[in-house]
Amino acid sequence: MSSWRNSWRGGWLSPRVAINAVLLIVLALVPVYAVLTGDPFVMTLFTRVLILAIAALSLNLIMGFGGMVSFGHAAYLGIGGYAVGILAKEGIGSGFVQWPVAIAASALYALIVGALSLRTRGVYFIMITLAFAQMVYYVAIGLDRYGGDDGLTIYQRSRFGDFIDLNDKALFYYLCFALLLASIYLVWRIVNSRFGLVIRGARSNERRMRAIGFPTFRYKLVCFVIAGAMCGLAGALLANHTNFISPSMMHWTRSGDLMVMAVLGGMYAMFGPLIGAMTFLLLEESLSRVTDYPNLVLGPLLLLVAIYVHGGIDGLITGARRG
Amino acid sequence: MLYFIEQSLNGIQLGMLLFLLAAGLTLIFGIMDLVNLAHGSLYMIGAYFAATFAEWTDSFVLGAILALVATLAVGMTLEVIAIRPLYGRNHLDHVLGTFGLLLFFNELVRLIWGPAGMTLSLPSEMLNAVQILPGVFYPVYRLVIIGVTLAVALLLYVLVMRTRIGMLIRAGASNREMVGALGINIKLLYTLVFGLGATLAGFAGLMQAPILTVQIGMGENILILAFVVIIIGGIGSIRGAFVAALLVGLIDTVGRAFLPDLLHEYLSESASASLGPALSSMSIYMLMAIVLVVRPEGLFPATSK
Repeated sequence: MSSWRNSWRGGWLSPRVAINAVLLIVLALVPVYAVLTGDPFVMTLFTRVLILAIAALSLNLIMGFGGMVSFGHAAYLGIGGYAVGILAKEGIGSGFVQWPVAIAASALYALIVGALSLRTRGVYFIMITLAFAQMVYYVAIGLDRYGGDDGLTIYQRSRFGDFIDLNDKALFYYLCFALLLASIYLVWRIVNSRFGLVIRGARSNERRMRAIGFPTFRYKLVCFVIAGAMCGLAGALLANHTNFISPSMMHWTRSGDLMVMAVLGGMYAMFGPLIGAMTFLLLEESLSRVTDYPNLVLGPLLLLVAIYVHGGIDGLITGARRG
Repeated sequence: MLYFIEQSLNGIQLGMLLFLLAAGLTLIFGIMDLVNLAHGSLYMIGAYFAATFAEWTDSFVLGAILALVATLAVGMTLEVIAIRPLYGRNHLDHVLGTFGLLLFFNELVRLIWGPAGMTLSLPSEMLNAVQILPGVFYPVYRLVIIGVTLAVALLLYVLVMRTRIGMLIRAGASNREMVGALGINIKLLYTLVFGLGATLAGFAGLMQAPILTVQIGMGENILILAFVVIIIGGIGSIRGAFVAALLVGLIDTVGRAFLPDLLHEYLSESASASLGPALSSMSIYMLMAIVLVVRPEGLFPATSK
């Protein structure tokens, strides 16, 4: 645990800070690169990286810092996405309505699932969050009016008046980037607040936290809802990015992908989910260019990470040892 | 009424298959404390093996037997190579590692058998329907599934409760260090238990194969149903898995068959047509939520077995 705390504090000009700084500069320059080379694909790919990084970050808030291993996080992506898609289909195209609804709907779902599943712990919690997400998946399949199994095309992206046009790809990229940075800042503030200390305390010893008078259930539930709302926003972004929603975006293996991203990057680092999302998506992309069977490599790689690497990529950078 | 009987039998049949999957999962979790997401892959592999071997041998039964042996071999090899290093680690590592295995197996099956699915055809005598009650005809094969899985459940009960190996399994579940200290080869025991779980999953897969198509990812959604069964029944309890599997199978099937009509009684046609499928697929999760509120540890907590 002590190595965790040391690497957590870090210092200025530590390898971690240097890598994060380089990462941010690279991410800020992606649209410039796309304009210079005239190749929009890189920007499309990295927009996806940014959006899924927000989702992985929200998962990491409850999983890494809160110790709540939720295996149903793709449900929030779906709920956020479907909020945008359903409203768009019903003729409400304003982003000022769509996005708050996406966030509120995800928060409400998180409140219900959290209230039920936080009564349990350990493997029960994993399976229950998984099962509830699967329920949302099947409900989406049953929504015939909104495409059912086939999904729904969104013909117009969310409208934000005359100033922000989401059809402008570079602008949309920078919007996602700004929202990611804001989310990282929010998570950083939460984790280092009194509230965050209670959450982290409950992670390492819940009984003791309760004994000294903290109603940990309520704290964890609030944290769970915040994470759900944040991921709902990511879902709204994803629907705008792909112009398409379908039940497959919340299939349980998507939840697995998000979990992989969070773990791969390093759960105890602020930039871990971003690094993880980037590594995972770039690895997937480049493997599928070299071979027709990318998962033959990716699958065993995940197993090796699970067995040998502690603290993900961040752990490799900071040299964390298995605690 | 006749339709109801038919749907109930379908529900029981689904429940029995779920039991085969859930029993393996719950054994592996109860004894090795391992969350195994690749369990659905073994279900899939069992079905693919059966389809292949049945084609080679031109016999359903022979193909099934060979497939069981092959799935057992795959399961035990998998345990030795990939699962063993995960014991004693936290559940997140299990989830990550076995999720990787799931991706690997899906891809491997695509490499070996190709992206198109396969079919496993039944011998002609199992294709017919028999009259089980005056006026009620039911497919022979579905009755065979119910009968055979009941026999397997009974066998499993005898194995776990009445044999020496079962005694060791139960002992391993309650105190693995003590069993090891008493000179039992705990590694071998774990490999055997994992192999048993794999065979049960493969068996469920090959029994289901003639009804649905054999395809990549066929084990993914049914795995979650098996998780629901375990949560309702209580993790680690085979008896709980049996009761919960029947409950889930019945409620899911009967709900899908009757809930849309029931809604139609109270709602307009269009509302019930759109709500019906969505609501009926929620029914078992509702059941799970209710069980969680009333008994967070499941209906049959493992400690009381």
